[in-house]
Formats: sequence, structure tokens, C-alpha cells
Amino acid sequence: MKLTKTLLATTALTVAAGTVTAEEMTIVSWGGAYSKSQLKAYHEPYSEKTGVTIINDDSSAEAVAKLRAMAEADNITWDVVDVVAADALRLCDEGLAMEIDPDTMLAPAPDGTPASEDFGDLLVGDCFIPQIVYSTTFGYRTDMVGDTPPTDVCAVFDLEAYPGKRALEKRSINNMEWALLCDGVAKDEVYDVLATEEGQNQALAKLDTIKDQVVWWNAGADTPQLLADGEIVMGSTYNGRLFSVIEEQKQPVAMLWDAQIFDLDGWIIPAGLSEERKARALDYIMFATDTQRLADQAKYISYGPARKSSAPLVGKHAELGIDMAPHMPTDPNNAKNTFLYNYEFWADYRDDIEAKFQAWLAQ
Amino acid sequence: MSDAADTGPVLAADGTPLKRSLARALRVQKTRALLLIAPLLVFVLISFIMPIASMLFRSVENDIVRNTLPETVPLLAEWDATSGELPGEEVYAALARDMIVAVNAKEHTKLATRLNYEQTGIASMFRKSGRQIKKWDPVADAPFKDKFIELHEGWGELETWKTIQTHSSTYTSGYFLNAIDMQKTPEGIQAQPENKQILVKLFIRTLIMSLIIMGACILLGYPVAWILANLPANKANLLMILVLLPFWTSLLVRTSAWKVMLQQQGVINDVLVWIGLVDDANRLIMINNQFGTIVAMTHILLPFMILPMYSVMQTINPSYVRAAKSLGATNWTAFWRVYFPQSVPGIGAGSILVFILAIGYYITPEIVGGTKGVFISNRIAYHISSSLNWGLAAALGTILLAAVLILYWAYDKIVGIDNVKLG
Repeated sequence: MKLTKTLLATTALTVAAGTVTAEEMTIVSWGGAYSKSQLKAYHEPYSEKTGVTIINDDSSAEAVAKLRAMAEADNITWDVVDVVAADALRLCDEGLAMEIDPDTMLAPAPDGTPASEDFGDLLVGDCFIPQIVYSTTFGYRTDMVGDTPPTDVCAVFDLEAYPGKRALEKRSINNMEWALLCDGVAKDEVYDVLATEEGQNQALAKLDTIKDQVVWWNAGADTPQLLADGEIVMGSTYNGRLFSVIEEQKQPVAMLWDAQIFDLDGWIIPAGLSEERKARALDYIMFATDTQRLADQAKYISYGPARKSSAPLVGKHAELGIDMAPHMPTDPNNAKNTFLYNYEFWADYRDDIEAKFQAWLAQ
Repeated sequence: MSDAADTGPVLAADGTPLKRSLARALRVQKTRALLLIAPLLVFVLISFIMPIASMLFRSVENDIVRNTLPETVPLLAEWDATSGELPGEEVYAALARDMIVAVNAKEHTKLATRLNYEQTGIASMFRKSGRQIKKWDPVADAPFKDKFIELHEGWGELETWKTIQTHSSTYTSGYFLNAIDMQKTPEGIQAQPENKQILVKLFIRTLIMSLIIMGACILLGYPVAWILANLPANKANLLMILVLLPFWTSLLVRTSAWKVMLQQQGVINDVLVWIGLVDDANRLIMINNQFGTIVAMTHILLPFMILPMYSVMQTINPSYVRAAKSLGATNWTAFWRVYFPQSVPGIGAGSILVFILAIGYYITPEIVGGTKGVFISNRIAYHISSSLNWGLAAALGTILLAAVLILYWAYDKIVGIDNVKLG
């Protein structure tokens, strides 16, 4: 009898301990400078305000696969996950992310504009809560391009004017679009052309012209490293990575904003959280995606806030003290010629085109 | 002893026949041993064998179509795909009922992802249709055929229905066919279009490169192991640390170090240019190709070759070689006829270790392999974490596992697994 009681008491204690530690939440992101910007702009003020401890997990690169595995094991340990919009769409399709009603779950702009209008078109799919606009664009070595620095994205395909290696991402997305743009396809027809077998062959044929001069990268940090080492003359990567090479490490590198491809990054809340955890995740989201908070993040990294109302609030870099607005991909000077990534298209064609692309790579 | 043989069976102290008594003692010992390793056995079973088996099972599992469209699938099975006509209204009505349930459970997009592997474009068709179908009533809104075609023209195409029909079986060979560059189509099993064929090539490349890496490890490791085994203990220990230090260093650090060494503006090229062996404009390309992968992986796997070789060589009695020499053998003959055969078990153990590790290697080829130096495991990783086509990943993994088992079996037949020693 005594034993049973002791056991029961221990169990009760364990359960109680379990609920006590629940005052913490796990937020998944990309790591590096990006996680740091979120820590400064969102996590620290939120912890201060609510006392919730935030645990960082740098697993965003494998978030979709891991969330799927967690859902199958029926043990979801993440509360809020930072993913790119395309992954959010897939998580939503798989039923792994919670559907969001922007107007009730997200804060309105300071002037009262509802969130759905403030975010506008950037609310891709039913589960995605946009956070930043980033772009994939090219950087080049200023000391390796001679007297005529490139101004056009097609310089990537021009081996005569700009000899040397270039770095491209080791996947079809973005590269196929640039190849078609530089092969004379009009901007608004790119995806129509890419939907056809001939269009895909056309893009691969264009990439074929530079294939033996390309270094293929997997991680966003590869291109900045290759540029700093002088291994390549130009290469694509995320604009924030180039910002840190140029402004923080003072390398002889410049941005080629032409035909930058806009993409979105943001939050999802995993489906199937307990009511308590869901409420906390929503509370965090409400806090972290309000107008001021989104503008604050731009103090630490050169990605554009996803809210229209945040743009005027973007100030100076917290450590370098330089004006951040001219470094945003959305700045009018940088956004003269931009390209918007088509989520619907890639959701459909990704498997097919990626298989062809990888087969082409291996040839 | 001869006395005992005359008086019948030998008896133990308690009078039972010694044979039986021994057998009992042995049995008790065996049971105890089994009980002692039982926790490990259970652990391995639960945490290793079962997950692997369940993952491998995904390579044939295909119940998602049948489970999501339970009414449509049996009706569609009766439809003659070669008739050139769309299925009748009853199939569309069944689809409407199934889809209304599926959309409310958010299952339709999962099915869409599955079918999109087979027919590009189905994913968005399901997703777009789902938004409208949500509002339908399975009775009041009939008939459905025109409604579906109005929603998306794909519902009025024969290809869509053929795809659903072909891939509606509970178990499928489709993933395995995909894994060997074939595909299951409504018209039967066909080869993939040539511009999508890659996996067979990668399998062959993985095997060949793993063999090259294994060979390089033998060539480089054998002399090192020999020196280690024949030096005085204090010097051997120092050398041993040199072998083990890289072994203890993080894999990523070592791979990145090779990047720094081998790249065109890297250490080796700089030195070659400095001493004038290579022209500055024609620096050697030693990374992001097969050469880079072989060099980096040979270095990383070398300790796995040296250590078993070393422990076998340590047990070789030096007096055998001395005896051979004293009987008139040359140095070479003494080594080749006397020493080498005794060291073969170490080579065998090292080769199996290195080869099996190499064949499943993923991170090093990914970093230094470029386009031509990547392995099949890189595609498996892609399908697990990026494309989410776990069925295909499982099929590729199963084939890889089978290949390793077959090679192991072949090794056993040719060399004999008894000849493998780790010390």
C-alpha cells in the first residue's frame, strides 16, 4: 500500500514537473546570422515580456522531413518553425502545418490596417505567416571583372566578357529561370515555357554552355566563401549572405541585383499541438510578426520585412551603423528588375524538372 | 583413461553420465549468455531492426490511393482505359463523395503529392479543386462529371484517370522500377525517358568509386600498418597517435580541410605554382569532381583499414620470416610467400569495413564531389529530406542494402569470412 502511494506520488510529481518545464518553447530556424537576428529582434523581447524560455533548434533545412517524421511518431516537439514559403506550402498540403487566419491571429498594422492587407500577396497558401522577403541574386569579385562590372544577370552566361568560374545552386529552381531569361524568353512567359519539354531542354541547353565553368553549391555559405577565396568570379546566393561578405567582412565583392529572384521566408505552426502549446505559439507569432518587430529584424540582417507598414521603420544596422534601406532587396534601386518565384508552378513541376536537372548534372 | 573406456560411459561426480552432465552445464551457460545479451538484443530489435524494416516496407507500400478514394478505386477498376472514353458519371459521383471526405480531413493534398510523382501537374489540380469541392454536397449537387471538368480540365483527360487506375493497388512495384530508371505507366513497364535516367548510373558509380577508395586504402594503409607492427613499442605508439588523431577529428572538419587544400586557389595549387610546376593560369582542378571525392574519402576511411591490418600483423610471429630467410628465401619471397598470406585476414577485415562504409557515404561526396563525384546516397538523402519521396528513397536504400549483402556473400564464397580477423 505504502509502495503504491509512493509510486503514485512520484508519478504526480513527474507530471507536475512536465507541466512546469512546458513554460518553454522550441523555435526552429536556419542558424547563423539569421537566427541571431531573430534572437535579438523577437526571442529576447518576447522572453522578457512573458518569461517563456525559447529554445533554438537550427533544423530548418530539414524541417519538412523532420516534421513529417514527428507527425508519424505522433510526437511533435517543435512549437514554431521557420521555413521558406515553398516548404510551408508543402507542409500545408501534407496537413503538417496549422491553417492560419491572418486577421484574427496576426496583429494589425499600427494604423489599423488588417494583417491580411498589410501582408497582401505575400500570404502564400493557408498556413504560411510571412516574415521576410529575401532574394537569390549574384555577387561578383570587383577585382576580377576588369573595367566593365556586370550590370546584367546574363553576364553569368557570358564566358567571353567574364571568364572564370561561377557558382550556382545545385538544383533546378532559379537556375532554369535565369537560363531562359538569358536565352531570350520574356519575363512573363518564363513559367509557360518552362512547363513544356522543349522549354526545359532549352534552359538546360543554355546552362550547358557554362556547365564546365560552374561550381555547384549546396549551402548558402558556400558562395560567400568561394568569392572570398577568389575561387569564382561570380556566384548566386541569398542577398543577406552577400551583405555580410561586402559590409561586414569588407571583401572586394559587389552585388548584381539584376533579375534577383524574390522568395519569402516565414513561420508555420505545426498541426496537432496541444491547446496550451498552440495558444503559446500563436501568442508568440502575434508578437513576433507585428510591424515594429519585423522592422527590428532588419537592424541585424539585410532582409526586407514582409509587412508594407514595416518598410518605413527600417533603420540602421545595429552594429555597423550603416543605413539598411539601400541594402534591402526591395529597395527601388535594387528592385529595378526582379523576378517572383512561382510557388504553384514549382509545387507541380519540381519532381519532374529536378529529376531531369540532376540527370543533366550527372552527364 | 583406458580403464574408464572398458567400464562403459564416463560418470561425473554425481553419477550422471559425463556427456549429459557436460551438455547440461553448456546449456546453462548458453542460457545465461543469452540472458546477459537479451537487453542488447531487444534494444537492437526495437531501435534498429524494426525502424529499418518499416522504412524498407515503404518501398512497396501504396495504400494511400485506395484509402483516400475508397469508393472510386473499385469502380474505376472496372473502367476500360483503352476504350478512349472517360469513366461514367458513377465514377465521378464516387470521386465527389470520396473527395468531400478527403478534403475535410485534409488528405487530398497528400494523395496529390503521391500522384504528382507519376504525372506532373496533378498536385495543383487536386489543391485547386479541393477549395471548391469543400462546398459541395454529395447528393444535392449531382451530377458531378461536368462539374469536375469545369473545376479543372485535368478531370476530363484520360491520362489523369489512367494514372489513378494504374497506381491504385495497395502494393506497388513502382518505386523499385523508378529506382532502376524504369517506370510503371498505364501502358505497362517502360524505361524512363533518357533525360531522367540517373539512378543506375549512380549505383554503378558508387560501386566503382567505393572499390577505388578501398584499393587506395589498402595500398596506403598496408605499409603504415606494417611499420606500426614492426617498430619498437614507444615509436609505434607515437605513430599510432598520428593515425588516430584524424580518426578522432570531426568528419566535417577533415572534409573542409581538403577543400582548402585542393581548391584552385588552395594550398596545393599555390605551392605548385610557386615552385613553377604549374602555370598560374592553368591551376589544377582537384576538387568538385571524382578525384576530390576519392582523395577525401580515402583519407577519412584510412584508419578503418590500418587498424584491423595492424592488429592482425601484430600477431604474426617474426620468427616465420626469419626462418624463411634462413632457408634461403630472398626478402621479397619471404615477405610474399610467408608474411603476406598471414596478413590477408587483416586486409579482408579492413576492406569490408572500408567498402561498406564508403558505399553509404553521404556528407563527403556532397561537399567535395561536385556533379561527377556524388554517390547514390546523396540521391537517397535528397528524396528523404527534400522531395519527400520516401517510397523511392526506401527502394533505393533496399537495393543498396541488397547489393552490400550480395557482395558480402560473394566475399564469403571467394575468400571465406573465417579469414577475416580484427585482431
